[in-house]
Amino acid sequence: MSKVFPFSAIVGQDDMKRAMLLSAIDPKLGGVLVFGDRGTGKSTAVRALAALLPPITAVKGCPVNSESPRDVPEWAKPVGRDTEERPTPVVDLPLGVTEDRVTGALDIERALTHGEKVFQPGLLAASNRGYLYIDEVNLLEDHIVDLLLDVAQSGINLVEREGLSIRHPARFVLVGSGNPEEGELRPQLLDRFGLSVEVRSPNDIEERVEVIRRRESFENSPTRFIRRWKAADIVIRDRILNARRALARTTAKRRVIRDCAELCASLGTDGLRGELTLLRASRALAAYEGADEVAIDHLRRVAPLALSHRLRRDPLDESSSSSRVVRAVEETLG
Amino acid sequence: MSRDVARSWANACLALNLLAVDPVGLRGVALRARSGPVRDVFLDLLSREIQTVRIHPAMSREALFGGLDIAATLSAGRIMRTSGLMAGNDACLLLAMAERCGAELAAEMAQCLERGGRRMVLLDEGAEPGETAPRALMERLALHVCLDEIGRQQAQMPETPRIDEARLRLADITATDDALRRLVVLAARLGVDSLRAPYLALKAAKANAALRLGWRVEDEDIAVGAGLVLAPRATVIPEPPDDPNPGDHHPESREGGAEDSRPQGPPDEILVEAVRPQLPGNLIDGLRDGGHARVAKGAGVGRKHRSNRRGRPLPSRPGRPGGDARVDLAATLRTAAPWQGLRGRDGSVKVLPSDIRLKRYEEKSDRLLIFAVDASGSAAMARLGDAKGAVEILLSRAYASRDHVALIAFRGNRADLLLPPTRSLLQAKRRLTALPGGGGTPLATGLRAAGDLALQARGQGLTPILVLLTDGRANVALDGSGNRAKAREHTTAVARCLAGEGLPCVVLDTGNRPQAVLADLARILAAQYLPLPRADSATLGKTIFQTIRDGLDA
Repeated sequence: MSKVFPFSAIVGQDDMKRAMLLSAIDPKLGGVLVFGDRGTGKSTAVRALAALLPPITAVKGCPVNSESPRDVPEWAKPVGRDTEERPTPVVDLPLGVTEDRVTGALDIERALTHGEKVFQPGLLAASNRGYLYIDEVNLLEDHIVDLLLDVAQSGINLVEREGLSIRHPARFVLVGSGNPEEGELRPQLLDRFGLSVEVRSPNDIEERVEVIRRRESFENSPTRFIRRWKAADIVIRDRILNARRALARTTAKRRVIRDCAELCASLGTDGLRGELTLLRASRALAAYEGADEVAIDHLRRVAPLALSHRLRRDPLDESSSSSRVVRAVEETLG
Repeated sequence: MSRDVARSWANACLALNLLAVDPVGLRGVALRARSGPVRDVFLDLLSREIQTVRIHPAMSREALFGGLDIAATLSAGRIMRTSGLMAGNDACLLLAMAERCGAELAAEMAQCLERGGRRMVLLDEGAEPGETAPRALMERLALHVCLDEIGRQQAQMPETPRIDEARLRLADITATDDALRRLVVLAARLGVDSLRAPYLALKAAKANAALRLGWRVEDEDIAVGAGLVLAPRATVIPEPPDDPNPGDHHPESREGGAEDSRPQGPPDEILVEAVRPQLPGNLIDGLRDGGHARVAKGAGVGRKHRSNRRGRPLPSRPGRPGGDARVDLAATLRTAAPWQGLRGRDGSVKVLPSDIRLKRYEEKSDRLLIFAVDASGSAAMARLGDAKGAVEILLSRAYASRDHVALIAFRGNRADLLLPPTRSLLQAKRRLTALPGGGGTPLATGLRAAGDLALQARGQGLTPILVLLTDGRANVALDGSGNRAKAREHTTAVARCLAGEGLPCVVLDTGNRPQAVLADLARILAAQYLPLPRADSATLGKTIFQTIRDGLDA
């Protein structure tokens, strides 16, 4: 694996970094969508987060990263009973990917050369318990998107083809990035992402200069650069781990839940997924910041991330959806 | 003029030398030129320093990105893979006809570039200003060169500088913070948002310093970086710094760098002047259109692709596996089965390349015609009957091309979806005939309903086209109040919004006399305007289908 730009060295882009950290703390949040201009460091941030995440324990040789030997699906046996530490899987879903490659399929090489019917696990298997990253998600073909939505919802990948019937767990955090100029995302897919962030180039000249300076010194000597930021990265990793542990004891008062509901009602978001995500995200943020319970301030800060992609388009309102959320937050929460 | 031409040829040659010095950092050249002797000279120069491999947007995925070579695997009896031209070897990729490269392929290539550190030269032969190589690739290649105005006479072979020596010192070239800051400031002033641009400009400046065998980046190097990397990406014409209101572009940039950038004011101005001749010539045209030309184009690409669904499966047919074709395993085995006796009966099934059958799909027409019909009292008085006739003509044309249709009627204070998107033309006709008239004209409401339906349909992979039939006398606002001024204002707002979405649209004026208001509305919508009184059925059909075709090609 090539050298990865350290997460802590990313200049600015606080919303994007926050969204990614929250998804790392609570994988059930449902993934992050990063939409923005070219050259704003979308892919860099995703890869940096991957390198930052703590390793997972998995059964040796298991293609779906099962935690214990009894979770290993039947078709993948025999595997040993030993477990090993693996880096959190972060699987790239390339754009031209075929359906077979995503879900896994009959191993055509074995079928053709040895006449054996063997299941070859796909990208969904590899991303179980980890991340599935789609760059340029808005350009992904529709039938692949449908397939991903289906699996993301059920957490199980079911392959029924060419006389093969295979199922295996596929629980992953979906991270998508894209450039709205290339085309929009279907609302169904938009809604599947827990958090969404709009990124743009920083306006401040000094910030821009700093971005390029760091990039330059990273490319000149990656090893030294990574070593310099290692301590900061470890601090973040520890905070993520602490927050994961603290998540269960972080409570939300009835009043905060009411605020969530009021906020969503005033914005007219569809369904209840908005409220649930908002609450989950605020809880993750509270845990990350070491608070025992969710405060209004947490709610306020995650509201644009959790809600801005769930709004209906209003033809008479030309302002961006995140500013509409901010406005609604001010109106409802005071 | 000739001096300008000489200079742009010199710049083109300089770009090549810079690429030869720092191929990894600069990534490549986006070359805009028609094929011809000048381009040949340029490419000769390129291949003098760097080994090149030509690729083409129509090449199969296996050829580009590698994959299993099924035919070779079958005949060899063991697994054979093709490595793909994008992966593996070290040569520079020449992408011919880059302007024909779709957004998906471009994104995939861009990912490949990022991963593999490949170099690439885009040969962009676009004729129209809007026809360019994909931006995802342009963005990643540092040097943008245009050879359009250079004649064969000017394109002389320059002498080769000492590339090897320059390469050796490249790693040791230093740049001051000040040099970096100046490039960043200039990028902001030229309206270049991406941070890759100033970063690549710095690389170009360093390569230039190495090329002239210096040790640090000087003013002339910065000017080269700015000229070859930043200027071609400019989206705004830089304003003089003493302008109290520097546009809406990065107002904070000035405050942020105020202390540092003020003493450098004059050299920055020199820099701006230096890049001015290299600003793209069509910049002003782009600005006149409100600067949205690029955005609209991008949306068009996405829409076109989304309208291709998988379609109905057809019988499979013989063919070589490759590209996007999928092997129909069952049919392939069926084909192979009868020959097994001849091929030697040893327990295994023998499949030869000639047995392979590929799956095929029939793609359907994915257009959706949304008719938004004004059924208000005023329209009913005028020509609701004629409007119905016009829609019927369109329906019969839609039937011929298997389009979907939807019908929205607006009157009183509401808009009703009389017919959700369907292919049942008969139903459309029935609902239309039964359409009653009367009440006010809630044009904004009707337009919004139609727009919502269109966006929804687009999300489902259809290509919506809006056909608005009205007499334009809007007198009911969005909130249902009968306020003529407010109604007008709301209509304009909704129309702007729809225009921003880039929906193809036709406005049919059903009034007795053509309404100026409606012509204005059509202009806002960027729609074709057609007064019904003058249009006979033939022109009507022709105009609308012309619009539809444009909508699809956009």
